[in-house]
Amino acid sequence: MPSYVITEKCDGCKGQDKTACQYICPNDLMILDKEKMKAYNQEPTYCWECYCCVKICPQQAMDVRGAADFMPLGAASTPLRGSEDIMWTITFRDGRIKRFKYPTRTTPEGSIKPLEGFSEAKVADLADQCLLGEPDIMGVKKLPTKK
Amino acid sequence: MREFATEVVETDVLILGGGMAGCGAAVEAAYWAKPLGLKVTLVDKAAIDRSGPVAMGLSALNTYMGMDGKVTENPRMPERFVEYVTNDQCGLARQDLVYDVARHVDSTVRHFDKWGLPIWKDEAGNYRKSGEWQVMISGESYKIIVAEAAKNAMATLGDKGQILERVMITHLLKDEKEPNRVCGAIGFSVREDKVYVFKAKATIALMGGAVHVFRPRSQAEGFGRSWMPPFVTGSIYALVLQAGGELTQMDVTFVPPRFKDSYGPVGTFFLLFKTPATNAYDGPYVGAYPSELEKWAPYSNAKPCPTTLRNYEMILCAKEGKSPWIMHTNRVAERFKKEITDQKELKKKLREYESEAWEDFLDMTIAGATNWAAHNVDPLEKPMELQLSDTVFIGSHACSVGSWTCGAEDLMPKEYADAFPEQYNLMTTVNGLFTAGCGVGACAHKFSSGSHVQGRIAAKSALKYANDKKAYVPTVSDATIGKLKETILKPLALYEEKRAYTTSPDVNPNYISPHNFLFRLQKIMGEYVGGWETLYGTNDKMLEIALWKLGFCGEDIEKLAAKDLHELMRAWESVHRYYVGEACARTRLARKESRWPGYYYKVDYLKLDENEKHFINVKFDADKKEWKVLERPMIPII
Repeated sequence: MPSYVITEKCDGCKGQDKTACQYICPNDLMILDKEKMKAYNQEPTYCWECYCCVKICPQQAMDVRGAADFMPLGAASTPLRGSEDIMWTITFRDGRIKRFKYPTRTTPEGSIKPLEGFSEAKVADLADQCLLGEPDIMGVKKLPTKK
Repeated sequence: MREFATEVVETDVLILGGGMAGCGAAVEAAYWAKPLGLKVTLVDKAAIDRSGPVAMGLSALNTYMGMDGKVTENPRMPERFVEYVTNDQCGLARQDLVYDVARHVDSTVRHFDKWGLPIWKDEAGNYRKSGEWQVMISGESYKIIVAEAAKNAMATLGDKGQILERVMITHLLKDEKEPNRVCGAIGFSVREDKVYVFKAKATIALMGGAVHVFRPRSQAEGFGRSWMPPFVTGSIYALVLQAGGELTQMDVTFVPPRFKDSYGPVGTFFLLFKTPATNAYDGPYVGAYPSELEKWAPYSNAKPCPTTLRNYEMILCAKEGKSPWIMHTNRVAERFKKEITDQKELKKKLREYESEAWEDFLDMTIAGATNWAAHNVDPLEKPMELQLSDTVFIGSHACSVGSWTCGAEDLMPKEYADAFPEQYNLMTTVNGLFTAGCGVGACAHKFSSGSHVQGRIAAKSALKYANDKKAYVPTVSDATIGKLKETILKPLALYEEKRAYTTSPDVNPNYISPHNFLFRLQKIMGEYVGGWETLYGTNDKMLEIALWKLGFCGEDIEKLAAKDLHELMRAWESVHRYYVGEACARTRLARKESRWPGYYYKVDYLKLDENEKHFINVKFDADKKEWKVLERPMIPII
């Protein structure tokens, strides 16, 4: 079920050094045709259909079509990803439509401070087994060990 | 051939891979590196926001104890987890490593909660468990959240925290003064003509498992729609082997039973919704072959029955001609209609079930949702088929492939100590080389949360190692680097030199494309080593033929050609997969029993044999090109 780019909507992420889909694809499939300023999937058979490109595309120019090996034509799962939730529109082959909305995160984007609120690491503590925040963060008094 | 720049990066701790384990390692490494004044460098083949198998998201955390009791049900302690994992792996597990993951994993999940991962909770704030170890999440952005934490932690180190994306690591560097020591890695940029050389005191290999070593069931457009992503390519296993390290249990691969073709997940349907699954004739396949399963006692008698034996029931069902297997998602809705008489209540329950069922797919296997829609199947009304899918190497799931690694000081049995010249937690048999996640063998059921926490354990250990060896300076000569650079770029040079010989660059007698090399490997693995093609069966004769044919693949590595950087990445992925395949075939040949018959069985040894209850490890001598198979004992700690 490879990703594809809608010619009319893709603007090649003009003015950027690489397109959003090129940046995100975990399998390095997306490539920009610089003459046409259009992105394309250079190796559709290696597409995992993770929709990372579809979700990130600023022009909503990308979608995924069911793998011809086993999927009848005509269906789509279309995401609209916001900063705290994602909306899905599911289109059935027979035209039925279902919509779902799910939360994606409970904190503002970019706000994570993973080391804040914990005491600073001490060189002497390298010798014990406790990791960042342990054992307190687990709600136990002591890290278990074998009896 | 065009010139490639060489950039040398000197660092203290080198993290290879930015998936779950890599992101865990980054947070922990940043924490400990600060007071030590050490530098940490993380390298990823992709962009860490969406790299690794969690790229698409996940709908559950499969490893959580709830040691503080704040769970809706099933609070557990590490001892019970060790028992469960050992039985699930039919008696063979490194209990010290499994225990270590279990005692730390709650901390990682608590961090996820703080960072903003939506974990399902009850009104009192207790985590909603859907099984003995599983916690439900709304995990579309799981990887983005975990990556943000990794990036922000590394940023606190200033110029001593460095992240490089789109760099494919091809080899580890060995120290020229200390033969059993890794001192960094080498690879190339997938985006510009540049070779990267990393010199480090400690290296942590965290590039995940291996997919596409065995042939996938879909081979045209659906080739890449594997269950585990096609971009995990066995780099850890290949690199550990090439560095002279020991791998373990490379025969104990995983075969996931999933919704057919799209590989939609089944865990939530079984555990949370209690969905019934049957054979094609509406009869049971679970528990339908008691006299066969009895041959795998005592493991088959424990609750829950090992994953591999539940798979074996599916294989027996197929052999009886009663496949396909059907997941009756519609019967869950029918059950609610019988149980709930209040119409308003019923409507609410059905809406909830529908939303959760679709979310399970949309959060982690979107193709599964589209496949329902493409077939006009509403899961509340119609069932869908299940299938045993392609064989994968995933040391963090219900299987055991990976490296033979040192355990924690307070947990590892002393009998294991002599394999590790220097004893640091999660260090391989090679000094200076650590691993975690899918890289650690005989330590099943880590899943995403366990891999993240194991990455953290490895990072703390690697920081300690780098600090203990503060005066150490890696020794790698320029001549060695020059030679490796030539080897890495050879597929590009070969293509350029020979492509004009034929009218089409696709067919040329002087070279083989990475894609064709991969197809040959997959055909050998699938047809001789126990792939789906033979319903997961093999025998010594088939394995001997496989090894003979794999030998030619090994020789043809020299003939790999690549037309651009992207294909150069594919070339090295294929090389890494070849090493994984060879390690698997050799281990399966050495194993004279069928301990995990639902993952693979040997027709010539179709039984459990407790005299064979030991780990089988494999090593490779890169200079002599010689393989060695050895046994390691099973020493329980509980």
